[in-house]
Amino acid sequence: MKKFTLNGLIGGILIAILLVTAAVGLFWTPFDPMKLSFTARLAAPGTAHLLGTDEFGRDVLSRLMVGARASVWIGVLTVGFATICGTLIGLISGYARGGVDGIIMAVNNALLAFPGILLALGLLAVFGANQYGIIFALGIAYTPSMARVVRGAVLSLREREFIEASRVMGNGELYTMLRHILPNCVAPITVLATSMFGWAILSESALSFLGLGVPPPAPTWGNMLAAGRPFLQQAAWLGLFPGLCIALTLLGINLLGDALRDRLDPRMRGLK
Amino acid sequence: MMAIPTIVLVAVAVFALIRFIPGDPAALMLGDMAQPDQIAAMRVELGLDKSMPEQFLIWAGNVLQGDFGRSIVNAEAVLPLVVSRFLVSAEIVVVAVLLASLIAVPAGVIAAWRQNSLTDLALVGTATVLLSIPTFWLGLLLLLLFGLELGWLPVLGYVSIGDNLTDGLLYLVLPVVTLVIHEAGVLIRMARASTLEVLRLDYITHARAKGLSESAVLWRHAFKNAFGPTWTMIGLILGNLLGGIAVIETVFTIPGLGRLMVDSIFARDYPVIQGCLLFVSLSYVLVNLIVDLLYPLFDPRVVAE
Repeated sequence: MKKFTLNGLIGGILIAILLVTAAVGLFWTPFDPMKLSFTARLAAPGTAHLLGTDEFGRDVLSRLMVGARASVWIGVLTVGFATICGTLIGLISGYARGGVDGIIMAVNNALLAFPGILLALGLLAVFGANQYGIIFALGIAYTPSMARVVRGAVLSLREREFIEASRVMGNGELYTMLRHILPNCVAPITVLATSMFGWAILSESALSFLGLGVPPPAPTWGNMLAAGRPFLQQAAWLGLFPGLCIALTLLGINLLGDALRDRLDPRMRGLK
Repeated sequence: MMAIPTIVLVAVAVFALIRFIPGDPAALMLGDMAQPDQIAAMRVELGLDKSMPEQFLIWAGNVLQGDFGRSIVNAEAVLPLVVSRFLVSAEIVVVAVLLASLIAVPAGVIAAWRQNSLTDLALVGTATVLLSIPTFWLGLLLLLLFGLELGWLPVLGYVSIGDNLTDGLLYLVLPVVTLVIHEAGVLIRMARASTLEVLRLDYITHARAKGLSESAVLWRHAFKNAFGPTWTMIGLILGNLLGGIAVIETVFTIPGLGRLMVDSIFARDYPVIQGCLLFVSLSYVLVNLIVDLLYPLFDPRVVAE
């Protein structure tokens, strides 16, 4: 058990650093992240610019801070979208059963038959490559997994005695669903939403890296990596720091996710 | 045969997705300078004047005959284009997943066997770190180190193995290694988790009580039953990579399917996007079907169910 709390602690610290950085980036950055300076082009990390400057002389640290904000924002909105839609669909499907459930699950399974990132790519072609396009595309791509997990939880819950008791007491179906079934789905939803936050941040940076995400000059970790690529040999820091930010964030989410799973879902204990 | 309705729904989804794209495909194909009568003629030529179900049936009929349409950009037939690019991606993905499994599965089993020991901690820790490193960043770092700094391996471009075996292999090394490192992280954890589940069961205690050696218990008894979930995971990874390899192909400038799809999105080349989506999702369904069909080889109980 000790190891898991240590995991959770490290993960928690990493995510706390991310959130604080993103929050501070809302109000303050060492330099203006968009300000060009041709005298300070590709300056190495040092006292003037802690993490160096990019090919336009923009401060890398400031851009990373603003990039953190973009990642967190896109991650939160994507997970929020998928969680709300997925939970709703899963609740309806699991509670209604029968024909409604059959149709919803057939569509759900067809969507799950696409690899997530591929579905997101296809949807991006529809929504257009920008911040909100990404949120919708990833949100829709993740919704089926959430719907499936919630439906599974609802199906097993609705046969339990306390649900039966709620019905016998004369509570309406909607009341029973929201008051008794939904709160008991919170654990699996939390575990999945945590992983999803990681997927969303990774996918956003991958899409931005491909040029299909948030368009420059607005900084995201992914498009900073892509922009730094041609200068890697002269300015390795342009490739190093944005990638390190993504990797540490994902590590934090993975560790925190493991710890959460062990805490909230006893059946998954040890299954990491 | 749950695969057939899934395939039909996938086809409907791909068809519908492209129809949701704002704007008239005929106008998009002809560009800004098109006259209304040209657009109308193009709509008839593309069959856009027919009803949606009719359009779908015509499109599905063509697809079944291997006609995926033609690229808007260069009028190339979509299917041969997609297949040739797919083969490039598949070569990398299959080799990478194979190598990753060979390394990761034994490592995961050993981690489970030595649960909570230092070996286990080290293996799980390493795996968690590995799977947290985004492949495109790892690829860039490897490229920087082995390509640019040390100059051991070619940096940009791609040579097919069919054209030149040595060069082809050299160009494969970095992308394959990148994928192996990342996927090994995923697979080590999966193999460890499923082995842990099995090691708790009574028949393992029984096998140990019979006096079997630890290695016999582990590899002959535990491994066979533990491999099932990992095998399913390998299938999922294989399918996911076929769809998600675009970033690796971008890092290493490999002309694979992922790159084709991304370039087509930039060019708004809808027939090619549609072809890629359909081809990849069908191969994903197919790979998972094959994985499921082979499952009883590892776990005979599955057939009986």
